[in-house]
Amino acid sequence: MKSFTYERPSSPSEAAAAVARTPNAKFIAGGTNLLDLMKLQIETPAHLVDVNGLGLDTIEPTPEGGLRVGALVRNTDLAADARVRKDYAVLSRALLAGASGQLRNKATTAGNLLQRTRCPYFYDTAQACNKRQPGSGCSALDGVSRQLAVIGGSEACIATHPGDMAVAMRLLDANVETVDAKGSSRKIPMAEFHRLPGDRPEIDTTLKAGELITAVTLPKPLGGTHVYRKVRDRASYAYALVSVAAVLQPDGTGRAAFGGVSHKPWRVEAAEGDLPRGAKAVTDKAFAGAKPTHQNAYKLKLAERTLMAAIHEARA
Amino acid sequence: MKFDTPAGQNPIDRLKVVGQPTDRIDGKYKTTGTAPYAYERHDVTPSQAYGYVLGAGIAKGGIRGMDTSIARTAPGVLAIVTTLETPRMERGTMNTAYLFGGDQVQHYHQAIAVVVAETFEQARAASFLITVDYTPETGKFDLAAEAKSAKPVKGDSGEGSGGNGEERVGDFEGAFAKAQVTFDEIYATADESHAMMEPHATVAAWEGDKVTLWTSNQMITWAHESMAKILGIPKANVRIDSPYVGGGFGGKLFVRADAVLAALGAKAAGRPVKVALTRPLIANNTTHRPATIQRVRIGATKDGTITAIAHESTSGNLPDGDPETAVSQTKLLYAGANRLTAMKLALLDLPEGNAMRAPGEAPGLMVLEVAMDEMAEKLGIDPVEFRVRNDTQVDPHAPDRRFSHRDLVGCLKLGADRFGWAKRNAKPGSLRDGQWLVGVGVASAFRNNMVMKSGARVRLDEQGTVTVETDMTDIGTGTYTIIAQTAAEMMGVPLDKVVVRLGDSDFPASAGSGGQWGANSSTSGVYAACVKLREAVAQRLGINSADAVFEDGQVRSGNRGVPLGEAAQGGLTVEDTIEFGELSKTYQQSTFGAHFVEVGVDVHTAEIRVRRMLAVCAAGRILNPKSARSQVIGGMTMGVGAALMEELAVDTKRGFFANHDLAGYEVPVHADIPHQDVIFLDEVDPISSPMKAKGVGELGICGVSAAVANAVYNATGIRVREYPLTLDKFLDRMPDAA
Repeated sequence: MKSFTYERPSSPSEAAAAVARTPNAKFIAGGTNLLDLMKLQIETPAHLVDVNGLGLDTIEPTPEGGLRVGALVRNTDLAADARVRKDYAVLSRALLAGASGQLRNKATTAGNLLQRTRCPYFYDTAQACNKRQPGSGCSALDGVSRQLAVIGGSEACIATHPGDMAVAMRLLDANVETVDAKGSSRKIPMAEFHRLPGDRPEIDTTLKAGELITAVTLPKPLGGTHVYRKVRDRASYAYALVSVAAVLQPDGTGRAAFGGVSHKPWRVEAAEGDLPRGAKAVTDKAFAGAKPTHQNAYKLKLAERTLMAAIHEARA
Repeated sequence: MKFDTPAGQNPIDRLKVVGQPTDRIDGKYKTTGTAPYAYERHDVTPSQAYGYVLGAGIAKGGIRGMDTSIARTAPGVLAIVTTLETPRMERGTMNTAYLFGGDQVQHYHQAIAVVVAETFEQARAASFLITVDYTPETGKFDLAAEAKSAKPVKGDSGEGSGGNGEERVGDFEGAFAKAQVTFDEIYATADESHAMMEPHATVAAWEGDKVTLWTSNQMITWAHESMAKILGIPKANVRIDSPYVGGGFGGKLFVRADAVLAALGAKAAGRPVKVALTRPLIANNTTHRPATIQRVRIGATKDGTITAIAHESTSGNLPDGDPETAVSQTKLLYAGANRLTAMKLALLDLPEGNAMRAPGEAPGLMVLEVAMDEMAEKLGIDPVEFRVRNDTQVDPHAPDRRFSHRDLVGCLKLGADRFGWAKRNAKPGSLRDGQWLVGVGVASAFRNNMVMKSGARVRLDEQGTVTVETDMTDIGTGTYTIIAQTAAEMMGVPLDKVVVRLGDSDFPASAGSGGQWGANSSTSGVYAACVKLREAVAQRLGINSADAVFEDGQVRSGNRGVPLGEAAQGGLTVEDTIEFGELSKTYQQSTFGAHFVEVGVDVHTAEIRVRRMLAVCAAGRILNPKSARSQVIGGMTMGVGAALMEELAVDTKRGFFANHDLAGYEVPVHADIPHQDVIFLDEVDPISSPMKAKGVGELGICGVSAAVANAVYNATGIRVREYPLTLDKFLDRMPDAA
């Protein structure tokens, strides 16, 4: 871990300003990912701006009939919230499928969105990784890639977004609210929040430098049956090989998003119209143009069968 | 004491303390955090500085230069020792890879420097400031690709499994060609990491030319000898102390870079230094269980009598390394007149392969016991019955050599009964429970029983307290407790009158913890010392030792009873060593078991979840059913890991295990492990030792993975012959689920 300076600002815009004016500064909230990465010198911020004292930890109804989730609401609290459990069960289930009880107690809503990939080459500073060290190359392309992306990747990077919560938020068409150094705020739709790696894999999201997440808003409830199905090699405490977030209506229509397959939660709205025809019709369309490696080609079949499992669970 | 004739009646047979399900006497220290592990020995020496080990970033090649100038000026840095300024050091007696020194890199994350600083964080940060100029060379990293060039090899795991390059009985090829039913398949097992909870760690302090190493090690005598050799100093100048070990599984049988670099760092810094290997270094710097490619051929008559059996295994290792002795059990487990076992070794430039819990038998049975299942199906015979039918009571390679005691059949039959095997659906893929395809599987468990010379010192004080000292280790197995039970039984005192001190090289040399020989051998050493102490007590009290009865804290002879402590005026200390004669050669000594497993396989996603497990073990007298059960369920859990998830993922281009942390190298979590039942057959083996016990610590893992794989087949009708059985290997063969 490199030495760093540290401050606790007193308002969100001050926090944003502090990160914007300090070279190589980062926000810290729960720290469940950032601190690990700092110990391994994968992240080497010179300055940390601790946002934990800023409030931003309530869940409130919105005038539109949805919920506004503060950036610092802990994963445990969000998953347990009665309104979330009732109207956004897919989000609650996704949260509970992730990490461990201890980590969820600490991890925040905003921090969860910003967690970085678990690609093994990102984690080994002796190896080439464009995401960690731009221009160094991608060892994963011809390396150990069983966990990695099958769609939306590039010649520069096949990392995945490792989270579960974001997949449910993408499904729900949530919006990420931010504030910048000047105090102006904006809403970023989840569809646009995580980006594909392209030739800049070091950039995970569309946040601008110093832009601070203040909340995630959930639109009004969709109804239907909510399913989050996460497939992994062991029963708990593992990243998804493939996950499916789905909301299915009694008439067979619905939505489906996939985790563990791309640099962002993967949802193709145009494919969802085929849900009444079954899983294969949806995944054929949603994964058209996939470029898996030899080691992770199984994820295409697995995505189809996991969606099938989700549909089955919703009908049961 | 020499043990060279089968044990007769002795005080252990009273079973007042031995054989009772006793809580760990060190349990309260462990649960209250007052049992210090190596890295927590804060009180043993003042002013401890922190060492951080830098691992090589290439798998093979040379180091042209290392620039430490910036690192040396970093905050808190006290000293840096690099591999370039250190001539290549001798290896420890059991090491294959060199641990430190010189300009050659043999494997990824080989230690190339230690940075010593005031704090751990400073040492780690400074290590990132060292720049290394490598001259990488092309290496061989892919076992499947190198298997063609593998050479026949002799091998010995050092843990009771082994063999010559090729061993034959009768005419295997001829008998196989003539067999009415034949079977021939190839399987693969993965590289596995010990992944013990406590990392390798050492605190080193020099006093003049003498060094003390407070470390985490299973084998004190090996560590003692190895550290003297590596450091080039007399054994008398090295002390090793390892009273608590947070898991080893074979990974701590041999000294590793933490001990060497703590010693070098302490010398360079002129201060005591502590070093723990980081999690990534445990995968690539230390040892692992090597991957294997195995072929099994079985020929049998239609009624299921094996007439020909062959087991061949290929594994890889660094130069001077041993093969994984995966064919060893096949020499002994089943009858059959015509036999072939063979091992081949390919040169690989991956980190060192070496012993991991049940080396040889664990990966060997993962394959043999699936092959037996496949052959049983081919024959149309129940897999339990097929095994029973081919039992042998003699060593098939030397038929006049009997097993000391063998009840594999008893394990299989009792297990089948308790597990409800009769309800098994023989037709695979035919039982469904909701989203789950359900199946059951069985496998035999087999592990040789090793006996090793083991010494102990026992001291009696005037209060009647018995103190046992031996360099034996407790690696989480329960050694403290069974040694206390042994001394209490022998001296006729309650457990709280026994003090056990372990793991110090100043104590008498013991068997150490490895190869499941520790419990039986070390308690036999304590038995021997206690026999001597009983004689000394009797002599002091002027009674005939044969007439003396030691019970309830008293020594009784006829009507006379004297408190034990009275014999200890001024203290009474004796020492003895059990030495084993030819009985382990005259007889084949092994341990046996049967594993039964029920799994569910998700009908859509092919996720496998274990639903039920039962092990029945026949391993002589069980010294402490409670800690023995813990050993077996730990082995069963590890076997589930090997079956379903554990794999060091080889980057065959760059030559290293890429998933080198516990997020990437998955082991079972609680949610993966269902209720586990363990039954020990009530038996004794007087040929094994005066304790009449054998090992169980490794028996528990042997065969488990095959029982899981056989259950998966029974559930799905799909055979997966490559471990671990992750869903990507068979999802495309799963039946339609729509």
